[in-house]
Amino acid sequence: MTDNKFTGTSSYIATDDLTMAVNAAVTLERPILVKGEPGTGKTQLAIEVASALGKPLHEWHIKSTTKAQQGLYEYDAVARLRDSQLGDDRVHDIANYIVPGKIWEAFESEEQPVLLIDEIDKADIEFPNDLLRELDRMEFYVYETKKLVTAKHRPIIVITSNNEKELPDAFLRRCFFHYIKFPDMDTMTEIVDVHFPNLKKDLLAEALNAFYKVRDVRGLKKKPSTSELLDWIKLLLAEDIPPEALRGEGSRSAIPPLYGALLKNEQDVHLFEQLVFLDRRTNPQ
Amino acid sequence: MLLPFFYMLREGGMKTSITELLTLLEAMKKGLAGQSVDDFYFLARTTLVKDESELDRFDRIFGAYFKGVEDSLADLFQEVPEEWLRQQAELNLTEEERAQIEAMGGFEELMRALQERLEEQEDRHEGGSKWIGTAGTSPFGAYGYNPEGVRIGQHGSRNRSAVKVWDKREYRNLDDSLELGTRNIKVALRRLRKFAREGAADQLDLDATIDKTARNAGLLDIRMVPERHNAIKVLLCLDIGGSMDDHVRICEEMFSAARSEFKHLEYFYFHNFIYESLWKDNRRRHSEKTPTLDIAHKYGSDYKLIFVGDATMSPYEIVYAGGSVEHWNEEPGAVWIRRLLNTYPKAVWLNPEPRERWEYTPSTKLIRDLMGDRMYPLTIAGLDDAIRELH
Repeated sequence: MTDNKFTGTSSYIATDDLTMAVNAAVTLERPILVKGEPGTGKTQLAIEVASALGKPLHEWHIKSTTKAQQGLYEYDAVARLRDSQLGDDRVHDIANYIVPGKIWEAFESEEQPVLLIDEIDKADIEFPNDLLRELDRMEFYVYETKKLVTAKHRPIIVITSNNEKELPDAFLRRCFFHYIKFPDMDTMTEIVDVHFPNLKKDLLAEALNAFYKVRDVRGLKKKPSTSELLDWIKLLLAEDIPPEALRGEGSRSAIPPLYGALLKNEQDVHLFEQLVFLDRRTNPQ
Repeated sequence: MLLPFFYMLREGGMKTSITELLTLLEAMKKGLAGQSVDDFYFLARTTLVKDESELDRFDRIFGAYFKGVEDSLADLFQEVPEEWLRQQAELNLTEEERAQIEAMGGFEELMRALQERLEEQEDRHEGGSKWIGTAGTSPFGAYGYNPEGVRIGQHGSRNRSAVKVWDKREYRNLDDSLELGTRNIKVALRRLRKFAREGAADQLDLDATIDKTARNAGLLDIRMVPERHNAIKVLLCLDIGGSMDDHVRICEEMFSAARSEFKHLEYFYFHNFIYESLWKDNRRRHSEKTPTLDIAHKYGSDYKLIFVGDATMSPYEIVYAGGSVEHWNEEPGAVWIRRLLNTYPKAVWLNPEPRERWEYTPSTKLIRDLMGDRMYPLTIAGLDDAIRELH
């Protein structure tokens, strides 16, 4: 039993509730399902947990064509057929043609690994159901070699979802759940501090103000999130923009500089410009 | 010890199961929640809640249970118990206060304002920051409607105690009590699958490979085939605006489920009924229209036609030329829908209104007749029947 506790890292701020969820999952050796707005650091969480606890990380990125079986193993029948043509001796042992997937790799790990199953909602709707036994008992059966693969150490499994598909109840019951909510001003200040330790206080305050104002604009298709904010601040620093420019000389109707980093959608940019324009017209200086 | 809490969660409408309760107990046994109430709250939340839409519900139940305020369960059902409010107010108010309320426009007026404020709060993103009764500007606090008694939000504790975390109820705007999730819709839509091979050849065709290899004197000759895709084509026509506003949610769900399920999905919008043109973008509905005839010509008769609409309108809008509420239509809607139905023999109408109400709207009956009785309620069972009809 590990007495490791995850408390965030030097580059990742974890709120109390997130820490609790991760630690519960680590202690009880059950998967943790992480949801939240895009760009709030769901995928990053697994990487940080692995580095904080000093454990190897296995990443399995899910695509719309991914099958559950691919995480376990694949039988490369074509290679075997070809070898048989060439008279290769390997052909007599079917085990030579079983290619382990990410879950198998994690199960074989010599120390307890962290397994990231990224964006599980991208896969087919039955995908989570096909993994129930594997996640529950942490074992699966290889039919070709009649071998039962059992995890040497139950991996810490972090599953992320963007909510594109709803997940089945049976699957949810086996997981701890955490919804990363959008950080409030204080948490955000900490997050930015961690990434840009030498940032001037006034620039940060102004940047955050401008950022939350943009987020408050109604009707945005994709609200800027933490990762966009960090990119934006990086740009502001690179361009050496003074804090006063962000404030827009006291008028609330100024467009923040380099706002292209915050708004990623043509319609949003358009909407935003329109609103600023309207605002200027109704509140002339 | 947690059993009453567990049952309270279930009574409050959460789908918490024994598995989760056991997990929570196991976690507590391992000392995960030893330090403080805050920790216990976080632990219970991560264990028992499985979807962000349930977070708010959980916070309310947790708050109610651990404050011992059991009757605040009343607002779990999102209604302001008006009768009860009234009694409470009558009891608590002094004569002068009652006079002051009269000056404000009376109790009814206040209730209306209260209701409005409540609705506004549901819309707002910020949650917690605008609670009725917590701000000095709210008439409800000022005239002695104790928010504690009214149970619309609670006093934020003055100290930073644990209770505050769930009393903030930050997840409020995510709450939903949908009867029909996209998952259910998708599962129902899956029946409407007919697989065909098309696209890039990326799968091994074992039979053809064996055959070719044998013909090739035993030298390997690998054959590939394209993956199987759902080849069903769907033409989806959605009613938008007007009386459909109540059903926007379910239609969005239906739409998003259908969109990811079918490779060939074409969708168009209409308002109330089908006329000579439909449109794809609601913001440009007046400038960018697609003539209905073009649609019928462009998409072959192998498309399955699905209408989604509440079929609630004046019968004139269906049977008379010029009956449309939005424009002057040269030909009655009934003619247009017949044209579409002639082109697409496989067609259904999905109606989000409950079936019991269909009898009371003449337009619904008219459309049912036009559709040849192929109208189904937009529920899982109705969707199932509709899909069977489309097969």
